[in-house]
Amino acid sequence: MSLDETAKSGDLEYDLLKSYHPFPGVSDELLDPSGTVRPVWRPFLDHLSSLSAEDIGDRFARGNQYLNDAGVYFRQYGQDGALEREWPLSHIPVIIGESDWQTIAEGLVQRAELLEKVVGDLYGENRLVTNGYLPASLIAESPEWQRPLVGITPRSGHFLHFLAFEIGRGPDGTWWVLSDRAQAPSGAGFALENRVATGRVFNEYFAKANVHRLAGFFRRFRDQVLDLRGEQDSRVSILTPGPLNDTYFEHAYIARYLGFMLLEGEDLTVENGHLMVRTVAGLKPISVLWRRLDSAWTDPVELNEESHIGTPGIVQAVREGNVTMVNALGTGILETRALLAFLPRICEQLLGTRLKLPNVATWWCGEESTRSYVKEHAAAMMFSPALSTALPFTSGQTDFIGKDSDRFHKGILENWIDTEKGGLVAQEAVTLSTTPAYHDGLLVPRPMSLRVFLARTHAGWEVMSGGFARIGKAESASAIAMQAGGSAADVWIVGKRKLAMDTLLHQSESPFFKSQSGALPSRAADNLFWLGRYVERAEGAVRLLRAYHARLLETADPEAPLIARTADYLEDIGVAPETPIPDGLCAMLQSAVNSAGKVRDRFSVDGWLALNDLAQTANGARQVMKDNADVPRAMSLLLRKITGFSGLVHENMYRFTGWRFLSIGRALERANRMADLLSGFTGPDAPEGALELLLEVGDSAMSMSRRYAVSLSHATVLDLLAMDPKNPRSVMHQLTDMKDHISVLPGASENGYLSDLARAVLQVHTSLAVATPETLTPESLGELRDQIAFLSVELSDTYIR
Amino acid sequence: MLYDVSLEITYDYASSAYSGRHALRLLPATIPGEQRLLSSSIRLSPGPTERRDRKDFFENAVTDVIYRRAHSELTFRLAARIDRTATPEELDISPPLPVLARELANVQSLEPDEPVHFLTASPRLPLDPAFAVYAQEHVNSGSTALSAVETIGKALHEDLEFDADATSVDTPALEAFERRHGVCQDFSHIMIACLRSIGIPAGYVSGFLRTIPPEGQPRLEGADAMHAWVRAWCGIEVGWVEYDPTNALRVGQDHIVVARGRDYGDAAPVKGVLHTAGTQTTGHKVDVIPR
Repeated sequence: MSLDETAKSGDLEYDLLKSYHPFPGVSDELLDPSGTVRPVWRPFLDHLSSLSAEDIGDRFARGNQYLNDAGVYFRQYGQDGALEREWPLSHIPVIIGESDWQTIAEGLVQRAELLEKVVGDLYGENRLVTNGYLPASLIAESPEWQRPLVGITPRSGHFLHFLAFEIGRGPDGTWWVLSDRAQAPSGAGFALENRVATGRVFNEYFAKANVHRLAGFFRRFRDQVLDLRGEQDSRVSILTPGPLNDTYFEHAYIARYLGFMLLEGEDLTVENGHLMVRTVAGLKPISVLWRRLDSAWTDPVELNEESHIGTPGIVQAVREGNVTMVNALGTGILETRALLAFLPRICEQLLGTRLKLPNVATWWCGEESTRSYVKEHAAAMMFSPALSTALPFTSGQTDFIGKDSDRFHKGILENWIDTEKGGLVAQEAVTLSTTPAYHDGLLVPRPMSLRVFLARTHAGWEVMSGGFARIGKAESASAIAMQAGGSAADVWIVGKRKLAMDTLLHQSESPFFKSQSGALPSRAADNLFWLGRYVERAEGAVRLLRAYHARLLETADPEAPLIARTADYLEDIGVAPETPIPDGLCAMLQSAVNSAGKVRDRFSVDGWLALNDLAQTANGARQVMKDNADVPRAMSLLLRKITGFSGLVHENMYRFTGWRFLSIGRALERANRMADLLSGFTGPDAPEGALELLLEVGDSAMSMSRRYAVSLSHATVLDLLAMDPKNPRSVMHQLTDMKDHISVLPGASENGYLSDLARAVLQVHTSLAVATPETLTPESLGELRDQIAFLSVELSDTYIR
Repeated sequence: MLYDVSLEITYDYASSAYSGRHALRLLPATIPGEQRLLSSSIRLSPGPTERRDRKDFFENAVTDVIYRRAHSELTFRLAARIDRTATPEELDISPPLPVLARELANVQSLEPDEPVHFLTASPRLPLDPAFAVYAQEHVNSGSTALSAVETIGKALHEDLEFDADATSVDTPALEAFERRHGVCQDFSHIMIACLRSIGIPAGYVSGFLRTIPPEGQPRLEGADAMHAWVRAWCGIEVGWVEYDPTNALRVGQDHIVVARGRDYGDAAPVKGVLHTAGTQTTGHKVDVIPR
């Protein structure tokens, strides 16, 4: 007789539930306490049961493929530094019925209103402290209470515009708030991506399953945020800490999705109290900033002086009422763990009613009487630093449960509580409900918590109908099981009726917002320009390496004049052919990836993946390739991948200013390289075969035979590779390209006067146009190369600095 | 006592700075019953692109100056006349430390002058157990708050060596403490950390010292530049007292208060961000003349 027979077994109607055994004393989303499948899950389970295990596997793979193609990743910090990890989707959605959801939504809207009042008081009159509802020391000691913001009323009249709450369901079936996220809540973008992926996994079913859609929520929030601007010509932007942040993907994704500019602190400056973005068309006003950067880091002059990612003076812009922050600076104080101990009473005081949705029972150990209660119940409590703003249990170092602690011997824990006092909070060690996850062909219960998002819209707080579920890995429902290694799932709010027309119109989940009139931030221009240069530089190096190795393979004589000269040249440009795939080549491609990584919001996902693939291919080859004989083929492969990338970018990128900077970078690098090569390989001392090499590297051998009946000569090669405007590989062609792009950049000519950059490119262009093959000596070509290189400096001075 | 204060801070940039933003806390404060600012001016050369005046959380006067054009040197000049009237109260009616803790627990206010802001680690001043160990060697639970302040201040003055070259503005207090040397900023930070470690709220004061001492008295250490000392909260009756650990004395007529805060970061005379590629050298001149 197996133990299983005594355990409550899953609903036997479904084979999938054969080993679905919820934990005793824990709520389950799928099964009601009697072990029957809840009605809201039934249609989904019917559908899932109709699929073969193979089919399910294919569908899950389809969802993963989508996430992979969309470039969804998160950054994880571990022993090997920061790594981009695949997004861990748990494919089975969490399904919640409309009426259940209604309860949650009402509770959270009330909580949002409460938090707005609390934060308004903490930065305003401070009556909660003077009237004894909050201990003064708790606020004064919190690093999240930003003193420079005290006394400032937000321009919009509200501190909070976008909130998230981490909630869980307790053993009695009611929902609890585990944590308030008010600083710069993340996850909404991931929720959207989970939705798209899960929608693809269950495509036909999803289309008719009456699942509430998400797009409307974002559309209404966007409308509200745009209205917060005031002046119509100012901009809404998202402020990110940068590509090294763990949720940067999401910042870029939301920026693209909503059509907002994605900025870093250094893109911004404050002039006369106004927040401005540096763009290639000069400074432009920013009136709403959705910050994904914690308050303390936003201003090194008035807030954390060690911040290198902030904008000096941003607090001044806030103080003078010229910018709306979403959310206001300083709202991180609301995430303080110990506040949960006081909110129930504060709610009654401020709103005159009880919390509709309770939060985890919490005790602040700053008071004698509380401490003795906590000591009595310590075994079943979780202890954390009172001022912690982290999610419960995200830090194993600081959060622990009384009975699990080494300190839990008679007296020791008690003493510790007395020493820590107000630095400590105790919380009821909650258990979470379980929800099905798919494992080896069967469903199994896993603990979960939900992140729910609220936005302030024209109609007040609106709850996103859906969310982001964290699914625990461990087979226990204690909240501590959520610590690490879990996965994420979509949340389906399912109605009884067909969805209203309005929602159906937006079934695609894609709002098709028209973008705000955009000026390109200078930093983005800089990165696109360098992306163009690095990729082209790598292409030049690859072509030359291929030509070098092909010749080496034929003659097997590294001392032959042309081969030796080429080797020297390769060394000069940082790709000495000492190893089959030089480190320098991989470094160029990595630089390209780094530049692209800083402009993810302006860059197609396909382009990003192609570029990464390219860098990884080169790196992989560098590690395994031992024999020079394999190099020509490897280089050909890299070349195809490079042209594939360039094609993707140039065919698919919208013809905005950003594309022009990318193109200018490419043209400048190509012209520079070609002028340099010609200068080095066309002199009287050029070894035999140099002209053929130039034609090959310049990809122009075919053009040569078409264009000139006569045999190869010094003059014809110079004509074709330097001066021929029709040859896309010629210096002239690149200069013409640059001139055309530069002539339409902002400020290129004003009142008939050319900008310095426009004049400089025109000069280089003209000097080449009037040259003849005879006047193109190695010296004059070297001068041409230097003039071209100088255009890069001129461009930086004009648009980037 | 009437004083004329003049201060000049100069910066030379190796390569010119093309923009900068500085928050200046240079203006002596007006504190009822302690000192009054009678007249003042802050002159800047070159003239800034923008300039505005405000008060910060701790009610210090701040002048924000912003430069958006290239400059290779920068001078801030303060001229001020102050009437300083504060004298230390000698009678110790402060409570013993356990009572101080109870008085503190009853504070229900976040006003800038309340002791709650000054009791734990602050941005520039983490609390290390070493400070608590040192402080506890010098006081016991029977000590009154004021006597604890004076005892620790005197002890630090004995144990620390004044050395203008040993530390910079960014040297952590713990490092200066372990090496037992530093300047007025280090003396003050160390004393603040010791006091907070035993439950006495303590803060940082920046200001000036009279340059030439009254006849027959020794010249005080720290008079050549801006000076710093400590304020400590000694209970509801006594309130805040100020102590200068660099010179081992209660603050009186020879000191002029400029700014107050939790640590140097709140009261720094010049704080800011500058865009320049090269290094910079600074000069600093102070004259405090009784009239």
